[in-house]
Amino acid sequence: MRPLPLSPLQLVLAGVLQRIHRRNPAIFDRLGDHARARFGIKPIDLPFAFVVEARPPRLSVVRSLPHGLDARISASLANLLALLEGRLDGDALMFSRELVVEGDVEAVLALRNAIDDAQLDLATELSSLFGPLGAPARRAFEAARGRVIGSSGQGEQSR
Amino acid sequence: MQLSLGPVLYNWAPERWRDFYFRIADEAPVDVVSVGEIVCSKRSPFFADHIPAVVERLQSAGKQVLLGSLILVSLRRERRQTEELAAAEGVLVEVNDLTCLRALAGRPHAIGPFVNIYNEASAAFHAARGARRICLPPELPLTSVAAIAKAIPDVTTEVFAFGRVPLAISARCYHARLHKLAKDNCRFVCEKDPDGLLLKTLEQQDFLTINGVQTLSHTCANLLGEAGLLHESSVGSLRLSPQDCDMVVVARTFRDVLDGREDADGGSRRLAAAYPSVPFANGFLWAEPGHVYRQARSGEAQGSAAQTGSL
Amino acid sequence: MMELICPAGTPAALKSAIDAGADAIYCGFNDETNARNFPGLNFSRDELRKGIALAHGRGARVLVAINTFPRASAVDIWHRAVDDAVNAGADALILADIGVMDYAARRHPNQRLHVSVQAAAANPDAIAFYAENFGARRVVLPRVLSVPEIAEITRESACETEVFVFGGLCVMAEGRCSLSSYATGKSPNMQGVCSPPSHVVYEQTAEGTKSSLGGFTINRFAASEPAGYPTLCKGRFSTAQGAGYIFEDPVSLDATTLLRGLRDAGVTALKIEGRQRGRAYVESVVRHFRHALAALESGSETDIASLKPFTEGQASTLGAYRKAWR
Repeated sequence: MRPLPLSPLQLVLAGVLQRIHRRNPAIFDRLGDHARARFGIKPIDLPFAFVVEARPPRLSVVRSLPHGLDARISASLANLLALLEGRLDGDALMFSRELVVEGDVEAVLALRNAIDDAQLDLATELSSLFGPLGAPARRAFEAARGRVIGSSGQGEQSR
Repeated sequence: MQLSLGPVLYNWAPERWRDFYFRIADEAPVDVVSVGEIVCSKRSPFFADHIPAVVERLQSAGKQVLLGSLILVSLRRERRQTEELAAAEGVLVEVNDLTCLRALAGRPHAIGPFVNIYNEASAAFHAARGARRICLPPELPLTSVAAIAKAIPDVTTEVFAFGRVPLAISARCYHARLHKLAKDNCRFVCEKDPDGLLLKTLEQQDFLTINGVQTLSHTCANLLGEAGLLHESSVGSLRLSPQDCDMVVVARTFRDVLDGREDADGGSRRLAAAYPSVPFANGFLWAEPGHVYRQARSGEAQGSAAQTGSL
Repeated sequence: MMELICPAGTPAALKSAIDAGADAIYCGFNDETNARNFPGLNFSRDELRKGIALAHGRGARVLVAINTFPRASAVDIWHRAVDDAVNAGADALILADIGVMDYAARRHPNQRLHVSVQAAAANPDAIAFYAENFGARRVVLPRVLSVPEIAEITRESACETEVFVFGGLCVMAEGRCSLSSYATGKSPNMQGVCSPPSHVVYEQTAEGTKSSLGGFTINRFAASEPAGYPTLCKGRFSTAQGAGYIFEDPVSLDATTLLRGLRDAGVTALKIEGRQRGRAYVESVVRHFRHALAALESGSETDIASLKPFTEGQASTLGAYRKAWR
């Protein structure tokens, strides 16, 4: 992976991942044998992607996903965020073709189930990262989340 | 080691069905024959008239006859049919669904491969309630077969050893669905496929066989190479499931290999000639995908069979 | 009112189901003793104890599914699951294997036992066999029966009946299907997983997304075509008589419109499939049926949101409940 001028983003997101890991130490127990898998995550509407590892928790931002990953997951940023927070059902996104999975399907399922059980709230995770600026950061994120998740089909029809 | 012939699973013309059993009675070296329509209750009336003659001919030839019960019982008429079967005298009923067990009320019976017996505890439960023969589910691995057979020494344990493997049963008829007919008005289109209808993947890979409400493998089970191992594992009978081929040759081949007159490889070549263009499989017994055929395994097992001589 | 029985694959989903109005939640241990043995799913012993305490505190019950068929020589694993579920305070055990039922009935005579759908008890005689031998109190009916057939069963049986109203639809008799095992070597009955993800491959091709199981192509979907699970019974195949969805289309069961008929047929409980699904599914589907039941009770019409986004192939069926399905 080449170093990229995406380092500020990487710094923030890696911080979020570390926090999630600290606050939910059991989250990755559900990954079982797949805790060492390398996941490539590609938001289809962004010019960059993520490589995520659970143990040890590691996140890098890349221009395009490298070869040799265990699994690749792609969807819109809105759907990826909603999945992360358990606001959308992963199988339903597969059925509607809004989520594409390649590689080790078992590892992806384990990750999906681990995340779904963790009941993550990204607004809280983000705001706590920003210290004294937490409250405005949280408001900004929630507004942004409202916009992106409001546009996704499954959520809109079902709640 | 006994040989048993399972019931015809396909919809054969009634006269052909009757003549098949007459020839089995006269020529096939099998010890036990299971008779009756067990797949689809709509087909039963066609064979009903021939059953007494078939049973008599088989018994006269010294074969033990079993009458098989329906695999899936949901309609009132099917329940009545099953109850009447359970009351039959002079023959052992082969139970293919628990519906039958209550009516049998502890009387001696056989259990077919469609009853879920996966372990020694459930086998012992059935043995204590009158099961005298148990044909185990075809997907059981050898380790399970051996553990179960050892746990019920007074019961004859049987393994599905030849034929396309029954994999599923449904309330829906896939022959009717394919021909765009309702099940109640199916015109018995399954009779056009006396060896089942081949189902391929989108990439034209041979995969499964459709037989009305039943789905079977495309491959044909062949456990000739494992006969020695099965014998050592206290298995007392091998089941041959009728296909649209010369089942007398199939039965003779198994008998010859069991009696040490022929080796497993030679026997398999004879089976392949008798039932051409259908690949063999033995994967289930080795806890592998059911469609897999491990010839190397049969090589190993063959050595073991040679040592035991006549089984 | 008919009970609403809801799936939970994780403690978080169990909580979602309670919040959304479940009368009872069914779940299983994170091992081969239950029929949804997927990676990252299900409950540890500790999670089950806590989950049951949480549910009981909120007036909901927990049914523990121990509904695979024990491997020979390893029956102890299933016996331990039975003991641990009883000790954790399970309101009922959902069992499939005769040996396990026999064990549970002898060892825990006061424990409520349900006959799993995997036991394929499809008529009053088979159901009576389980009631008489093991004291089973409820049977989960296989998805092969029409509503009139269900009514006949409830009339003739002392056992309560539970029927599926939403989710995955087995088109083959449950607990009697080795299709997945034939392709992969992993058996739903023994290993507790149909179409194991370890054997599923998704491939992006020029003709769309191809799904395969154990090396057999199950389906190919064009870019915008709705998809289903990579299960054999919902695959696209070809025969000399025609090609397509030979067994069943990718669809999910949705019996929302049949609730009145099911109630009149004497059904005790309605079950939602989907322990492998996420919290979002559990929450939406449970809420949907809670509203539908309330509307049925009050005789009022409601405009209930569609569950279509959650269905396989974005389509639903009434399955065998409507006789013409056969």
